[in-house]
Amino acid sequence: MQMNEHKPLIVAFCCNWCSYAGADLAGNNRLNYPAEVKIIRVPCSCRVNPMFILRAFQRGADGVIICGCHPGDCHYTSGNYYTRRRMAMLFSMLDYLGIEKERTRVEWVSAAEGAKFAATMNDFVATVTALGENKRLEDLRCKK
Amino acid sequence: MQRIGVFVCWCGSNIAGTVDVHAVAEALKLEPGVVFSTDYQYMCSQAGQNIIKEAIAEHKLTGIVVCSCSPRMHEATFRKTAAAAGLNPYMVEIANIREQCSWVHKDMPIGTEKAIILGKAAIAKVNLNAPLTPGESPVTKRALVIGGGIAGIQTALDIADAGFPVDIVEKKPTIGGKMAQLDKTFPTLDCAACILTPKMVDVAQHDKIRIFSYSEVTEVKGFVGNFDVKIKKHARYVKEDVCTGCGDCVSKCPMKKVPNEFNLGMDNRHAIYIPFAQAVPKVATIDPNACNMIKNGKCGLCAKVCTAGAIDYTQKDEFIEEKYGAIVVATGYNHISMDKFDEFAYNQSKDVITSLEFERLTNAAGPTAGKLLRPSDGVHPHTIVFVQCVGSRCDACAEKGKEYCSKICCMYTAKHAMLTRDKYPDTDVYVFYIDVRTPGKNFDEFYRRAVEEYGVHYIKGMVGKVVPEGNKLKVQASDLLSNKQLHIDADLVVLAAAIEPDKSARPLATMLTASMDTNDFFTEAHPKLRPVESPTAGVFLSGACQGPKDIPETVSQAGAAASKVIGLLAKDKLTGNPCIAHSDEMMCNGCSSCERVCPYGAITYVDKEFRMPDRTTAIRRVASVNPAVCQGCGACTVACPSGAMDLKGFATSQIIAEVDAICK
Amino acid sequence: MQKITKNQLLDKAAELLDNGTVTAVLGWQKGEFDYDVTPALFENKEELFANFVWNDFCGANFSKYLIKHTRKVEGKILVFLKPCDTYSFNQLLTEHRFDREKVYAVGIPCEGMADIDKVKAIVGDGISSIDCGEKIKVTTIYADAAVEIDGKDVLEGRCESCKSKKHVAYDELLGEEGDVLDSNRFDEVARLEAMTPDERFAFWQNELSRCIRCNACRDVCPACTCEKCVFGNPKSGVENKSPANSFEEKMFHIIRAFHVAGRCTDCGECSRVCPQNIPLHLLNRKFIKDMNECYGEYQAGAEVGSRAPLVNYTTEDLEPGEVFDRRDTDA
Repeated sequence: MQMNEHKPLIVAFCCNWCSYAGADLAGNNRLNYPAEVKIIRVPCSCRVNPMFILRAFQRGADGVIICGCHPGDCHYTSGNYYTRRRMAMLFSMLDYLGIEKERTRVEWVSAAEGAKFAATMNDFVATVTALGENKRLEDLRCKK
Repeated sequence: MQRIGVFVCWCGSNIAGTVDVHAVAEALKLEPGVVFSTDYQYMCSQAGQNIIKEAIAEHKLTGIVVCSCSPRMHEATFRKTAAAAGLNPYMVEIANIREQCSWVHKDMPIGTEKAIILGKAAIAKVNLNAPLTPGESPVTKRALVIGGGIAGIQTALDIADAGFPVDIVEKKPTIGGKMAQLDKTFPTLDCAACILTPKMVDVAQHDKIRIFSYSEVTEVKGFVGNFDVKIKKHARYVKEDVCTGCGDCVSKCPMKKVPNEFNLGMDNRHAIYIPFAQAVPKVATIDPNACNMIKNGKCGLCAKVCTAGAIDYTQKDEFIEEKYGAIVVATGYNHISMDKFDEFAYNQSKDVITSLEFERLTNAAGPTAGKLLRPSDGVHPHTIVFVQCVGSRCDACAEKGKEYCSKICCMYTAKHAMLTRDKYPDTDVYVFYIDVRTPGKNFDEFYRRAVEEYGVHYIKGMVGKVVPEGNKLKVQASDLLSNKQLHIDADLVVLAAAIEPDKSARPLATMLTASMDTNDFFTEAHPKLRPVESPTAGVFLSGACQGPKDIPETVSQAGAAASKVIGLLAKDKLTGNPCIAHSDEMMCNGCSSCERVCPYGAITYVDKEFRMPDRTTAIRRVASVNPAVCQGCGACTVACPSGAMDLKGFATSQIIAEVDAICK
Repeated sequence: MQKITKNQLLDKAAELLDNGTVTAVLGWQKGEFDYDVTPALFENKEELFANFVWNDFCGANFSKYLIKHTRKVEGKILVFLKPCDTYSFNQLLTEHRFDREKVYAVGIPCEGMADIDKVKAIVGDGISSIDCGEKIKVTTIYADAAVEIDGKDVLEGRCESCKSKKHVAYDELLGEEGDVLDSNRFDEVARLEAMTPDERFAFWQNELSRCIRCNACRDVCPACTCEKCVFGNPKSGVENKSPANSFEEKMFHIIRAFHVAGRCTDCGECSRVCPQNIPLHLLNRKFIKDMNECYGEYQAGAEVGSRAPLVNYTTEDLEPGEVFDRRDTDA
């Protein structure tokens, strides 16, 4: 069972000012998390276009997580508030289409929260691993 | 096609310990666009940077990927390296294989595999990079200081002393702010007026400083280095440049029953008035709500007695438009209203007063000429109860008060208690406190002197109720240390009311697009490293508008803000961040979605003529980004439905290329 | 079934052309069959009287056409707007898509439009002519006598759950003003939400698998007025004029729904024109329902200049995870 466990592919979008720094801090403190997580740096979580998320799923990602500054702490004052609304709506839509809602997540990680970053990634990878391969988005269009 | 060089850093054993750097360099050699790939022990060292420079020259590289530590660490270093070798610095991308790879993964094959993928993503991005040049904008070498209290005064003086012109906008008829109302200052007990008024005079006489008193900022446009500000100068019905401040008009004015705001309404002033003797500018102001001449055209006495001919009943509000390079907010604080604190009977008894009222009662220029007398009957009080934390450190869910500590109350109450005991040893002084907070140079010594030398009764506990009864105030309180209920018959109760930002701060923040916290204090760009800058470029913070502060802290912050302003104004041109949004006019619909999400107001619209696909021309509304204002967050890029808005350095195509590279 | 008659509209159009208020009329004309009525711009009275059509199949929302025509026509264009069209009209004004000064909008009442598929379900194939009066009279090549159908029995799906009979924009109104209706338009979305994820997945798999990517939904949508669609733009990174793989299909519909979220007035044109009868409006309505529930009631186009939920925020908004919780606890 363990041998054949699916290794998920996780794309993490991290804002430059808080979450990317939080990920760096996790590194500084040598807090391990699975190598399945690959981080893409964006200036602000509000730069993350739903198209990027769908594209990641299209190309085989099993989970996508977006990390930004805590609400109220955005380097650009309001970017993450837009992220919050956009992602809430997008994820709700994916759920509506029957895609597992556990495959998408938004998490607020500050530059000081290296431990939270590592814990979040550990948890997210575990959740997505348990779901198995992301077939649904791919299968959505094909007839049963 | 780019010619990309890949440089894999070992970082000693930091990276090489868990990532096979040589294998990474070899694997990345096969990526599209890569013409050179190598690894080295310390890429950031002089020798490492030389490897990069030589490779740029030798292989005619157009782009560089450095697989190393976090870009937050050495992106700037490697950009400089590239620039030194004649490559555009924005053709450099970093693959973070230390903090986000070698340090968090223990297994060499896994670390190596991930490092290769991160490298591929960076290469995919560089393939789409374009050289970027930061924009330049000129700097108007003049500063605006909003607020003329000690914070604004100090900032203005420091900027002006450095040789830059400064305008102070103060909404009251005089500068001086709260400090002008204070009696003595802790912990040295020097008199506030003695240290403040010389500074006010300095401001008045400084050839680089203009004071717009009785004025307000009504409109702010533009951006760092280039603000266009509209200032409304309220009509004071007195010609400022003619009035000599002799005060003849004031003494002749028959309208004498106007509550004097400078003394917090504890005495009266005339309809024409000079707030206090040392006011700057020392000119009279007519209160249009009280003046009979202005209200119904009957009187005109002041005009008759004014030998200078300064009175002008027809004066109108005046608007001044000026350009500034930097704006300093120094709008200060006020005490919160005591209306919601009925338990202390503030609105029922004249003898329950706030600390600022107490300052005026003990001030030689105050309503009692400095004698401590009860406001109700003018009798000297023998038992005084000071209540700390009225409205400070309140429960988050409480409907009244503030969650934060107002910071200055512990010290001024110690000062009040000490001065009272010093001047009137026959007075019993009680101070009720939750905690006494005295961090600050000579602060704790000061407080202990109040307790030990002056015999002030400090009692840990809160006052529950104050009931006026006859000429006494029945104070019910608890003593938490001895667990007793106390009943004190007081003659005077002084409330250390919480302080809050001035009400003018919120609309001002909107005008400046400067951010505020939930308490309406201005937010600093970074709480530790950029404490006197607002996140909005070109807007600086001075004094209590940023958070509760005492005078020494305010003055040091004022100086710090001034030094930041000087640093800005000393530049002839500002270089911007080139990673900013730009709109493709051919695709833009002019729908305004981007404008609505832009936190900086960087987007405007222009009507332009376009050739349409069917060879006709049409005028279309298209977005245009001001490169000096845009900070590059990218909120607009997602709001834009047509994909016309993109972000340089983090372009949609670049991020998608990274996604693709990571997802194979 | 319509209360207002073709002659009333023609009279109004003639009057406005004659007195010089307008120089062209945006109206409907007959297509290949009586029931596929198409939009047309009439630039003189002769054309207008020869070809203008008004019947129970005049579903087309003209708002979007104003962008194109106001750029070309000198002078004002007369446009007839049904109540639901006026919302799109306002939304396009909010987005500065055409010059209000170049349009003369006449609000006309609407009793709901007929769905030709429902008609065909009654009369069968081979419709040779349709005559709309009190009843819809349908003749087919297979039958001698015309079949009379009550318009109410063949209403378009979107008209069954009509959200408003009120015109939110016009220069002149023909007939009586209606009210915003308390419609049941979110019932179907709620029904889907109540399903298990597996059932929802099966539902959408069945629907979306029929998509032939003809782009009719995009082309008719009054919110999809981009000068160049991201899906047709090589620079956008997601260009796919025709889908290269099955994924791009859903991406198209999800992104399209996301792009119009907060701007979609729920006019229902997308589902009306879909040749595969995919209920695309259920995607848009999902966004509308979620935004109403999470960020307060918002009707795009109800007023010009309003700020859509996705270009707005409050500091107290729900977290994305809480949006699911909200429904889980409701259920």
